[in-house]
Amino acid sequence: MYDSIIIGAGPAGITASIYAARKSMNILVLSHDLGGQTNWTATVENYTGFQLIKGIDLVEKFKAHLKQFNAGVKDNETVLSAWKTGETFKVKTDKGEYEAKTLVIASGRVHRKLGIKGEDEFIGKGVAYCATCDVPLFSGAVVAVIGGGNSALDASLQLEKIAKQVYVIDETAGFKADPILVEKLLGSPRVKVFRGDKVVEIMGDKFVNGIRLEQNGKIEELEVEGVFVEIGSAPSSGFIKDIAKNVSGEIYVNCRCETSVPGIFAAGDVTDIPAKQIIVACGEGAKAALSAYSYVNNK
Amino acid sequence: MPKNIKIYTTSECVYCSMLKSYLNDKHIEFTSVDVGADRQAFLEMREKTGMMSVPVIDIDGKIIAGFDKEALAKELGLQ
Repeated sequence: MYDSIIIGAGPAGITASIYAARKSMNILVLSHDLGGQTNWTATVENYTGFQLIKGIDLVEKFKAHLKQFNAGVKDNETVLSAWKTGETFKVKTDKGEYEAKTLVIASGRVHRKLGIKGEDEFIGKGVAYCATCDVPLFSGAVVAVIGGGNSALDASLQLEKIAKQVYVIDETAGFKADPILVEKLLGSPRVKVFRGDKVVEIMGDKFVNGIRLEQNGKIEELEVEGVFVEIGSAPSSGFIKDIAKNVSGEIYVNCRCETSVPGIFAAGDVTDIPAKQIIVACGEGAKAALSAYSYVNNK
Repeated sequence: MPKNIKIYTTSECVYCSMLKSYLNDKHIEFTSVDVGADRQAFLEMREKTGMMSVPVIDIDGKIIAGFDKEALAKELGLQ
């Protein structure tokens, strides 16, 4: 049995693993995407010590630091469920089942999907969720970006440099992004904004060729070759029930990263912590590991 | 007989970097083309593979989309 199973290996999970390993805890780290959301962040300018660093380069540094320790890391497993059994906890993944005295949940967040017709059909065939990866593929193309937050604006600004035309579709009719980004975007001749419209269908044959918008009963169709879905994220907490969460599904934690279940700790973007930042996630990961260590040693 | 491996990538795509590291770690030879920089290569990828996302790997004509370690290991006979 492990002292702790750490679920997720983004900034929070990796930091928790390092702290736990340095306390000589016997740990298992489960992840299906080492580095988490930081992998998809083009540049990071607010991680203390690094004035500007690519997300993927920061992840390489985290991974190298973790590699120094003898932590058991399974980086190709997806956690399906976790539950309390007597005084311990069990975790089931797509590859096995494991048991530990404590859990540190650092499973982060996943892209929200639109949930509309054509979305799943055309993933990889015009529908994209990762601007960093896929923007370069749409050079000279007409594309749509769905969303009104910083991610949507950021994707739009990347596309605006190379695409023929960018349609930004913001259902909320009031951009939630930083004003400086909004101003930059609205100033571009290649950008057209649709406020208050809802995308109801993505159309195509072999690849995407259009989207259908709806507002107040009025339908409009736009010819596009690409659709970037940037409507925010949801916490990856579905695998654990019987634990206190807020209405958004974020796990409640106190300042010691304790959850409503003794022995389960949580850190980073999966929790209700208001600042979803890499550096905050790292700090929370450290706290969660130290709390797990105290728990194991005081039992 | 060694397989003819070609990968289609873009410069900032993390799964593309992971794929290259994976192949290099296993000492597998491959050619790589940046479909963000090379429009002709992008059109070739789209035509040949039916995919408009990266990475895409072509192993002697067998297409694997995304960095799918298990499918790769199976196709390359690494299991």
